[in-house]
Amino acid sequence: MSTTTLEQPPAAEAAIQSFTVTFLIRRFDPDVDTEPRWQDFDVEMYATDRVLDALHKIKWEQDGSLTFRRSCAHGICGSDAMRINGRNRLACKTLIKDLDISKPIYVEAIKGLPLEKDLIVDMEPFFASYREVQPFLIAGSAPVAGKERVQSVAERAIFDDTTKCILCAACTSSCPVFWTDGQYFGPAAIVNAHRFIFDSRDEGSQTRLDILNDKEGVWRCRTTFNCTEACPRGIEVTKAIAEVKQAIMRGKP
Amino acid sequence: MTAMEFSARPPRRGINLEKWGWIYMRASGVVLIVLIFGHLFMNLMVGDGVKAIDFGFVGGKWADPFWQWWDVLMLWLALIHGANGMRTIVNDYTNPGVVQKVLKGALFAAAAALIVLGTLVVFTFEPCPVGAPADLLPSFCAA
Repeated sequence: MSTTTLEQPPAAEAAIQSFTVTFLIRRFDPDVDTEPRWQDFDVEMYATDRVLDALHKIKWEQDGSLTFRRSCAHGICGSDAMRINGRNRLACKTLIKDLDISKPIYVEAIKGLPLEKDLIVDMEPFFASYREVQPFLIAGSAPVAGKERVQSVAERAIFDDTTKCILCAACTSSCPVFWTDGQYFGPAAIVNAHRFIFDSRDEGSQTRLDILNDKEGVWRCRTTFNCTEACPRGIEVTKAIAEVKQAIMRGKP
Repeated sequence: MTAMEFSARPPRRGINLEKWGWIYMRASGVVLIVLIFGHLFMNLMVGDGVKAIDFGFVGGKWADPFWQWWDVLMLWLALIHGANGMRTIVNDYTNPGVVQKVLKGALFAAAAALIVLGTLVVFTFEPCPVGAPADLLPSFCAA
């Protein structure tokens, strides 16, 4: 097989089929527009390209004013969560081949957070909720000198799922309860509280459970599973919220 | 970089109505399944089924404390369950303000009125009104 590959002329690469894909992007320029508007772009794409590549092509070749966030472009930094064909996804993890390109692909900013420009929203309310659950290790005692805090594999496994969060806001901005008035803590904050509530090394669980036992806390969750479906990291968000509800009812993790 | 602010909302301890509302919905739901299907079974399937329901049938049931409490329990649990469910929908679909207050007030008034009226009727029901034709009354009414 390796010999055939070597014998292939380089021209074979050009034979990879490309497609013209239409993107409908919800644009908003606060200096000009009073309302967001949909603008369409035709982009030449390969099946293995991602939506982020399309946004780059548009910005670099067609309209330099297109505004969006992205940093690592490989699904780790959580900057480019956006609503693609009505679902919250990371643009850098959404392949063209997984979308129906016989129809235009709709791309818009995530919902429920204040729209600033094009695909960029103000993430501050989201991070404010995150900060409120005190997402850091709270421990009164110091570990034995020169050692780490001891934790068994089983104790670590309890909260393994919720350590994967990259704070992209795909879950929180897919939550219909968060859309209403933005007062709800939102799935992401609860996931990050879960990560410490069930950590055997942490001593601040009670504080966090009290914070999430608020009027706008876990009880506003309607278990619609939008968050679980939206999470690009595959975290079972609704399950984590349910576990926090159970912990509040028990009064301890 | 300046230090970040943490926990602007003071944590609340003790009773939280949202939590008890959430638990109530689940507990009452389980009980209501038994009550409602028992009610439907007794009224629609046992004996002559739906054709048996008339003044005499209802009067007969409400002469028995067992069915009085069955129906009153069903009334309270179902109305509070329904009103609380509607309250969460109002919370989810309206912004805090006058409209939300009015809607929640209307829900409370409707549920309270129905609960009071229903409870009153079940416990003060007169199965043998004076001067009514005997064939419409429960069998135990003295002719």
